[in-house]
Amino acid sequence: MSDGFKVLYYVNQFFGQIGGEDKAGMKPEFHSEKIGPALGFEQLLKGEGQVVGTIICGDNYFNENKEESLEYILNLVKQEAPDVFVAGPAFNAGRYGVACAEISRAVAEELNIPVVTGMYIENPGLDTCKQVAYVVSTSDNAGGMRKALPAMANIAYKLGKGLEIGSPEEEGYIARGMRKTIIVEKRGSLRAVEMLIKRLKGEEFETEMPMPVFDVVEPALAIKDLSKATIALCTSGGIVPAGNPDRIQSASAQKWGKYDVSGRDALNAPDFYTTHGGYDPVYANEIPDRVAPLDILKELQKEGYIGNVYEFFYTTTGTGTSVSNAVKFGTEIGKELKEAGVDGVILTST
Amino acid sequence: MRLEIGRINITDIQLGNETSVQNGVLTVDATSLIAKLKEDDRIKDIKIDIAKPGDKVRIIPVKDVIEPRVKISGGNNGFPGVTAKPAQCGEGRTHVLYGAAIVTVGDIVGFQEGVIDMWGEGAKWTPFSQTYNLTVDINVIDGLDPHTHEETVRLAGLRAAEFVGQAGKDLTPDEVLTYEMDSIFEETNKYPNLPKVLYAEMMITQGLLHDTYIYGVNAQTILPALLHANEELDGAVISGNCVAACDKITTYQHQNNSAILDLYAQHGKEINFMGCIMIPEHTTLSGKMRASDYTRKLVKMLGADAVVVSEEGYGNPDSDLLIICKKCEHEGVKTVLITDECAGRDGMSQPLADTAAEAVAVVSGGNVSHVVTLPPADKVIGNAEAIAVLAGGWEGALLEDGSLQCELNAVIGATSEIGYHNVTCRAY
Repeated sequence: MSDGFKVLYYVNQFFGQIGGEDKAGMKPEFHSEKIGPALGFEQLLKGEGQVVGTIICGDNYFNENKEESLEYILNLVKQEAPDVFVAGPAFNAGRYGVACAEISRAVAEELNIPVVTGMYIENPGLDTCKQVAYVVSTSDNAGGMRKALPAMANIAYKLGKGLEIGSPEEEGYIARGMRKTIIVEKRGSLRAVEMLIKRLKGEEFETEMPMPVFDVVEPALAIKDLSKATIALCTSGGIVPAGNPDRIQSASAQKWGKYDVSGRDALNAPDFYTTHGGYDPVYANEIPDRVAPLDILKELQKEGYIGNVYEFFYTTTGTGTSVSNAVKFGTEIGKELKEAGVDGVILTST
Repeated sequence: MRLEIGRINITDIQLGNETSVQNGVLTVDATSLIAKLKEDDRIKDIKIDIAKPGDKVRIIPVKDVIEPRVKISGGNNGFPGVTAKPAQCGEGRTHVLYGAAIVTVGDIVGFQEGVIDMWGEGAKWTPFSQTYNLTVDINVIDGLDPHTHEETVRLAGLRAAEFVGQAGKDLTPDEVLTYEMDSIFEETNKYPNLPKVLYAEMMITQGLLHDTYIYGVNAQTILPALLHANEELDGAVISGNCVAACDKITTYQHQNNSAILDLYAQHGKEINFMGCIMIPEHTTLSGKMRASDYTRKLVKMLGADAVVVSEEGYGNPDSDLLIICKKCEHEGVKTVLITDECAGRDGMSQPLADTAAEAVAVVSGGNVSHVVTLPPADKVIGNAEAIAVLAGGWEGALLEDGSLQCELNAVIGATSEIGYHNVTCRAY
């Protein structure tokens, strides 16, 4: 069969039928045949896809030579240019799971090829790849192969055919952590009242939003001598130069901006205003320093209370901005400030 | 307290020489309406237009949506404390032009207004694609300060709804819905075995374009207040609020608050619905603590077994929502929350700005950052360019062919946190 979409398969030395623990040190190899689970996999693609080859690598070799193995495998994948990449299932095997996860992530992120793998929910590789690959939930040992393969093949089939992938419950994969917006039959208030009644009756109910878990950031050490310290000004209050030159969004910010304020004593109107859509802008637009107090910082510098005000001030819009964007902005801004030798930051919110 | 809502079903809308309803067709005399609204000398120009379900029409930027109604008996016509003298809302009979809506379109004060598409992809995401809309585009005179500008536009919308509502005055409604509840003690005597439930409605009360009014009182200034379930359904609460369009509660949604209606429907069956606590969302921590303490106290005083809490907006109010949840749960009061999510355009981010282990029963109205592409309209009422500065829009969001790419943030009522719409999120 030469038609249909192309699938490339990855397995370890054991499922690649090379050998057991004694062969775990083998380097990655490409075989143009279908080996191990890859053999049965093609039969599950409804005659619409073919497995074009199997990559086999020893678990120890991969884990001890990650960069080299990944480079070799990625090159192979590039050459074969499959429509879908499949790895495992790794069940609860730690080293195999990590290999499947690392390769899955690299293929998905670097080559932009859709990936399907399979793991037990506690496999240490899971968190590495579940956001970018479809990880079918399997049992903890190879006894679950007969159940795992059809689910993996079904997802591979849909990916190969460009069909929409259903929910984790429908398709059998582990939720990727994505919040997908959908339209449902019942309005929200009715769902709330139904949930309430179930709760009151002691019946089972399911929340629509499991609570997030936040990172805890260790505070930096105190600044020993403020009179020698360089302080930077940072705000999520949306204060920008007039005209908003970098087009920072009024809500749900996708970027931040930095502006040279070394020649200024204050963020005066009308040179600055707020682009933030989440609060009454009248008072901020009258005196932008109310949100980002450059004036006070400069006074403190003149008094000698602080050593210096950093030449750039950093700004974005906080309202509706996702936590992941906020983490990204914070990491990027923090890195710049650290490299510039800034000792402390005044970060204002609204 | 007994309220009769008489529905006069509206199945079409047109402009004409009189304001009337005949066989379900609402005719509006635009000239007289404009003259009426221009009695407010702060208004320079008014443009009236109509938009029907299925029309390839886009309305942008929308400020508020209001249901046209007329008071037949009990209370005062209009919005007591705002456009009418103070009176008790929630009693007597009110006629509703059911299926019609006044949509105000205004010059922008700030950045937060929304989009209504009457057809296609956009129509799915807003409940106001299903109403026969009379659009009122309001231009004010030069030199008004922003707060006065906002008030002028807000009042014009309410007055327009009153003006149009008069068409229902002498008609026999197609359907009469009765909302009746005696005192909490009497209802509890009637239903001694039903769990006692309160609805706690959080309201954005954070300054210009972020305010809510109860009987004309800016809710920024109140302690949490107890309302009879009928009052909000009868014009006691109005929106002065143009926070992100997707989850602000428009005046129309106050008049038809779905959380109240769905709780009411179970009153005497599964629950004993005791009323509504109106909770201001403050910007300060002390305000949040005071409002949440006071809410807990009211919940305890009234002996509630459970409470449904709805949020308005996102970001710092997420904390108010969860603080209220924690305090109620610690008192043994079962809480169900209604909120929405800021999960990022790819949906991969954490959905809330705060977290609490006690929040075990949460309804999601969807992800405000979900991106939608709305095809070009045949006609735009208002200003298509406004998307560049809307919450949920961005520079370049208006594509060359007239398509609009935006987050649900910009779509009126898309992710309603009183559960007015049927959008949600699932873990994928």
